[in-house]
Amino acid sequence: MSAGTNKLNVTVTEVVAVNELVKRFHFERTDGGNLPTFSGGAHVVVEMRDGDTTRLNPYSLMSSPLATRDYTISVRRDDVGRGGSLFMHNRVKRGMEMVISYPVNLFSLDLRAKKHLMVAGGIGITPFLAQTAQLASSGGNFELHYTCRSESLGSYTEVLRERYGNRVNLYYDEHNERIPLDRLLATQPLGTHIYVCGPAGMIKWVRDTAAAHGWPDDSVHYEHFAAPQPGTPFDVRLAVSGLEIHVGEQQSLLEAIEAAGVDPPYLCRGGVCGQCETNVISYDGTFKHNDHWLSDEEHCSGKKIMPCVSRFEGRSLVLER
Amino acid sequence: MGINFRKETFRDDFTFRNSPENIRRFPFPYHEDAYMYSVNIEPHVPGPKNSVFEHLVDVDEHYVSEMQDRAMVLAEDPLRCQSLPHMTLAGWDLLELLMTEKAASYPEHFSLTREGDRWHWINRPLGIDDTFTFGDVSTLPYGPMEYITRQSQGDFAILDQRDNNLWMDAGMITTQADWSLDFDIGMNFFEWHAPVPLAHEMGVFTRALKYLTNIQQGKPARRLNWTMTINPRLDTSPENFHKWGGDRLTVTPENVGQKVHLRVELQSFWRLPRSNALVFPIRCYLLKMDELVTVPKWARRFHRVLRDLPVELAEYKGLTRYRQTTVEWLSKHDDGAPTSPGFSPD
Repeated sequence: MSAGTNKLNVTVTEVVAVNELVKRFHFERTDGGNLPTFSGGAHVVVEMRDGDTTRLNPYSLMSSPLATRDYTISVRRDDVGRGGSLFMHNRVKRGMEMVISYPVNLFSLDLRAKKHLMVAGGIGITPFLAQTAQLASSGGNFELHYTCRSESLGSYTEVLRERYGNRVNLYYDEHNERIPLDRLLATQPLGTHIYVCGPAGMIKWVRDTAAAHGWPDDSVHYEHFAAPQPGTPFDVRLAVSGLEIHVGEQQSLLEAIEAAGVDPPYLCRGGVCGQCETNVISYDGTFKHNDHWLSDEEHCSGKKIMPCVSRFEGRSLVLER
Repeated sequence: MGINFRKETFRDDFTFRNSPENIRRFPFPYHEDAYMYSVNIEPHVPGPKNSVFEHLVDVDEHYVSEMQDRAMVLAEDPLRCQSLPHMTLAGWDLLELLMTEKAASYPEHFSLTREGDRWHWINRPLGIDDTFTFGDVSTLPYGPMEYITRQSQGDFAILDQRDNNLWMDAGMITTQADWSLDFDIGMNFFEWHAPVPLAHEMGVFTRALKYLTNIQQGKPARRLNWTMTINPRLDTSPENFHKWGGDRLTVTPENVGQKVHLRVELQSFWRLPRSNALVFPIRCYLLKMDELVTVPKWARRFHRVLRDLPVELAEYKGLTRYRQTTVEWLSKHDDGAPTSPGFSPD
């Protein structure tokens, strides 16, 4: 049985240019009424129909979980990515009808925490916009540390400052400001949980530093969506369905499997949830693993692949799909 | 047409029984003439009319009396209902789920009017008419989970999800098959299932946990579990073992039909939206052997299942003392004819 999620038919009600790189999209239910309630940290998967290509990209919900008349997401333009963000920026207009998934939360607050310490980098701010709204409404104790490249590229810095005052700490690369992570981690009250969302390097830095300070693993939470990377095209045989498929340069393996009419389960499409894990029957070549789900041992075994983000280079690959 | 709620007891004089219509809708749990564990999970979607799956939250003729029995259990032992401090939000999620499902499925019995955070709830069978502020605990006579589960058949375990595990951090457990919320509270999925034989070795729990942690909002799932109970007693808890344990010695060939009950749990699994917790409603259905044999297919099949059950399972389910007597009684209702596949009566 496929895990997957239910779908929602929505209409784009507003597109706002937040700054040079980021646009915000508002969705309402096409048939009216409220969208499903969600919890801070949840994402939706947005389906983008672009001619023959269908892309499915996950985006964190940034609107307040308390107001579900609409959902909002923010998309940072990636000029060298596979085209999902460019599609959102260039093609999605107000009034357009789209399909999104039900919300899924893989970055949920630990509600036992006495304090929530949040660390965001760049567009990684979006899940925290929803989480801070949720916590503020219930008197939750939080503190946000948010680092941006420059004042002009800092998304939602003003609105966060306005809402939460000095609970929001801003750092700008252009002013050579850096989060004082060692001091922060050394001075938190017992029962604090830390949450980090941002570039891979930042997540590693926070996790490593927390470990070095003796923080328990289960008090350190991170959102680590790897976007699928473009790469050399390759061919795959799907043994169960008896199909030969071709994975294009800008396509993920999962998207190519779906384009052939096979529907593996998925949730995050970013290499973290484990749903699309696929057994390898045989191969002659090299795997390009990009997921955070399989262990190092499994990556080396040649027995499994996460088709949402990982690729293959070589002569032949046969999958149990 | 509304439900005709029965007035009956689940203790002392045990006046519980099923109407003929209610026997036909019993969730008989065996799809073939044998039983072994499996991760028998399927999507929880509305099923056929006049089955317990017709609505996602089932209300039946025993509703009012079951709620009275729950109130008696709680009066004697308040620890049957517990919610750790971080689970209040999940309690509100559950209140919303049960109120909206009941009002939508049984409008003649329940209604819910929402104006922003101001909610008006009417429960006609129990004579409740309350207005409260959603999210404000001070506007209800109990915490949100206790309030709504005092008005909902079945036990409710609310599980917090964190660290790739599920934690039994809240619940209302008064109709359980010999397990204790007070003992299990705060345990994770593997800890509270530790006493179950064979299944760990089969990897059932690892697979089940992986599945459950991926349950998504709007896509609930369900499974059936079963055991047997002597006398139609809902509260077969370890706390009250002294009251019911001895019942198992009272089964004779003459009283099997009235005393011995098949006890089926309809367990469903739902993602809660605000808290990201999971709720497992565990709904108990009881069927007397006299009632079961009114359906010839079920009589034949249950005889074969009980006769051939592995001894570890019979031991774990606590059936050993009266199994043989019951099998002999059932054998008189099994002519050896083949049974049709599937759960339903022929």
